[in-house]
Amino acid sequence: MLFSAILTGLVLGGTYALIAMGLTLQYGVARIMNLAYGDLIIAGSFGAMLLFTAAGINPLLALFIVVPSGFALSWLIYALMLQPLARRSPNRDRLEGDSILATFGLLFVIQGVALVLFGANYQSYSFLAVPIDVFGTTIAANRLLAFALAVLFGTGLWLLLTRTRFGTVIRAVAANPGSAPLVGINVDHVARLAFALGGGLAAAGGVVVSMYLTFSATMGVVFTMKALIVVIMGGVGNLLGALAAGLILGVVETLVSSFIDPGLTLAATYLIFLAVLVVRPQGLFGKPAR
Amino acid sequence: MIVLVSLLALVALAAVPFFVGAYPLGLGIGILGYGVLATAWALFSGPTRYISLATVAFFGIGAYTVAVLADLMPYPLVLLCAALIGLVVAILVGLATLRLAGIYFVIFTFGLAELVRQLVTYYEVNVTRTLGRYVFLPIGPEHIYWQLLGLLAITLALAFWISRAKIGLALRVIGDDPVVASHLGIGITRTKLALFSLSAVVMTLAGAIQAPRWTYIEPSIVFNPTVSFLTVIMALLGGPNRLFGPLLGAVPLFLLFEWLSANFPNHYSIILGLLFIAIVFLLPNGVLAAWDKFAARLKNKEARA
Amino acid sequence: MSLLTLSNVTKRFGGLTAVNGLTFAINAGETVGLLGPNGSGKTTALNMISGYLPLTSGTIALEGTTISTLGPERIAHRGVARTFQLVRALPSLTVGENVLAALAFRKDPLWGSEAEAKIGALLENVGLAGRQHDQASNLTYIDLKRMELARALATEPKLLLLDEWLAGLNPTELRAGIDLITRLRQSGITILLVEHVMDAVRALCSRCIVMNTGARLADGPTADVLSDKAVIRAYLGDDHA
Repeated sequence: MLFSAILTGLVLGGTYALIAMGLTLQYGVARIMNLAYGDLIIAGSFGAMLLFTAAGINPLLALFIVVPSGFALSWLIYALMLQPLARRSPNRDRLEGDSILATFGLLFVIQGVALVLFGANYQSYSFLAVPIDVFGTTIAANRLLAFALAVLFGTGLWLLLTRTRFGTVIRAVAANPGSAPLVGINVDHVARLAFALGGGLAAAGGVVVSMYLTFSATMGVVFTMKALIVVIMGGVGNLLGALAAGLILGVVETLVSSFIDPGLTLAATYLIFLAVLVVRPQGLFGKPAR
Repeated sequence: MIVLVSLLALVALAAVPFFVGAYPLGLGIGILGYGVLATAWALFSGPTRYISLATVAFFGIGAYTVAVLADLMPYPLVLLCAALIGLVVAILVGLATLRLAGIYFVIFTFGLAELVRQLVTYYEVNVTRTLGRYVFLPIGPEHIYWQLLGLLAITLALAFWISRAKIGLALRVIGDDPVVASHLGIGITRTKLALFSLSAVVMTLAGAIQAPRWTYIEPSIVFNPTVSFLTVIMALLGGPNRLFGPLLGAVPLFLLFEWLSANFPNHYSIILGLLFIAIVFLLPNGVLAAWDKFAARLKNKEARA
Repeated sequence: MSLLTLSNVTKRFGGLTAVNGLTFAINAGETVGLLGPNGSGKTTALNMISGYLPLTSGTIALEGTTISTLGPERIAHRGVARTFQLVRALPSLTVGENVLAALAFRKDPLWGSEAEAKIGALLENVGLAGRQHDQASNLTYIDLKRMELARALATEPKLLLLDEWLAGLNPTELRAGIDLITRLRQSGITILLVEHVMDAVRALCSRCIVMNTGARLADGPTADVLSDKAVIRAYLGDDHA
């Protein structure tokens, strides 16, 4: 029972880590605190469900449609809505405030569209819901696949950031947006790409979520919250931190819902958040601020 | 002079329930309710620029407290309990977040309503085993109207007093330069906490006073995130740093909201979201500030002509 | 007993050690210059004394009581006031309100008519008589510096920290500035000033502490310190020693 809960928790945590990586790109590089992030995840889930139920497209193949769509949509959102805000902001605090408000409005737009199209009910579809034996405990195949996908995307992103020229540029902007132009980096351009890349990851997260969880049009807030907490816990811009924090959150949530009550998972999430804020606001793996 | 005009306006508004029918009175209650919420929101978020997205958490706590306690004690005592619960929650949230950068506060308040909603649901399902409660109080709509009018008057008076008191100066100093503020001996966290708590208590009371209107209350009704959303746009539209700004934002937006939800019940959240984005873009400091700018430009033109 | 004592104070920013085991003491009534080349850690030291930066290790004490664990507002209430290297006015307030902000939140606060009277006197003292109702954002650079000094003095500090208060002034303004600080000195207030204007240091400070690469290089009477070979080498390089 305990082992099975931990295994389920690790699988869930893999998904949390995946969605947090997208958010950490958007906040760490593009400096946009995107409150509509979770709604983009839900949009990805609906996309996968629609492709599966209406067109019979396997969610794995759906990734090739949904992820580029998420990338393109986020690219557009940044170019049309956020870039003008970034250009007029005299400092980072102002941009943070304006982007919070603008994406708060966006949240209601995306959520409203989802409600019109799909209604407020919980949705799910059955894909690879066959039990598989892992070290003597059974787990659904779709969950294992979800975990494998999270690992795949996470590794891919890590390789992109550490092994490519583009990744170095992104890390340079994250570290110091003020001096990046001095070495010939177009910060606007990089921020837009990073924001779009984050959106692509959110969409991927949405597809993964739809494979094994039920979801609804109004659930975006919860996913945004969890992604934010994982980002803060892991330290902003820290991919490995996000991975560790995501796994911790997944395991704690699963333990709470299996041994205490499923109605208290968000409370458990908040308790972790509170503990991090009180003890280490710079994140478990972040460097202390000066 | 200003005091006299305000008192006359208050008396005139208090007489409204004697002259209008049920529907206009309902609109009046809605406007007053949002006027209180937006003014209370701006009380804290205006000068500090800490964006609180938790309005409905406090509003819902107020409404729910009334639903739970209405049968157990006299009404004034129920209001007092609601205010106290709101105060305690505000202090806990403030202590955890207000000493940190504003972003942590925003994130914390963003999910707070959902957290409280889930906790209340859990409690009702597992402990009391009644999800959803009835509020039967001998309080008619005109009484709710008067109570809200009183609360609005008190909130505006408080905001006015704060702007001239020491704590108001402290807020302006913090808004200008928190480093200077702390070096002059101003307790920044304490000042923010005091204001956040005050604003939260007012929001809680606004929810508590309006509870009898629903008759039937359940968590998904009173913790509706649209309330937080509307409050923020109203305050931003009117200008969060003006005494009457949030109230002036509340009037047209509430009427628009009513019209939209009657005519476009499925699309109103999309339309409001777009409107919100437009306000953030076009009027970053509110209509009143934009109007001042416009008036100043006209004056300059006249002077030059 | 010394008014201010720094014992083994160290500040690290990541891999950079800005202040390294700094130790010195200042007696009540002294005017001490804190000197050193750019990047030697002077401002960092001042920032730790006023509570703006937390220490990595070591202790700072005021009148024998440790203050280095306190935040800036508590340290201000213990009697430390400062000006900033880059002037920090409160631009949306008037000149009078800038000073009022200091009076209203000090340890024994003033408000209302008492404060009004005090504001007039403080502004006159720094040469800003009658400017009470001007908007702070409209002041010239020297007047901003004067206002910032009035604001610091309004807290009635035991210890005044001046971070390059005389930098950027023209010769006439400099003369007036030195006269002003001389008058403060005579009133008995203890002053620690970071300064690059050597004429001012000679005129104002009986004693100087020189820092280099985060540590104390020299400490003694101004004339001795300024002719010290190690100090000259730190400022100008080996060739001039």
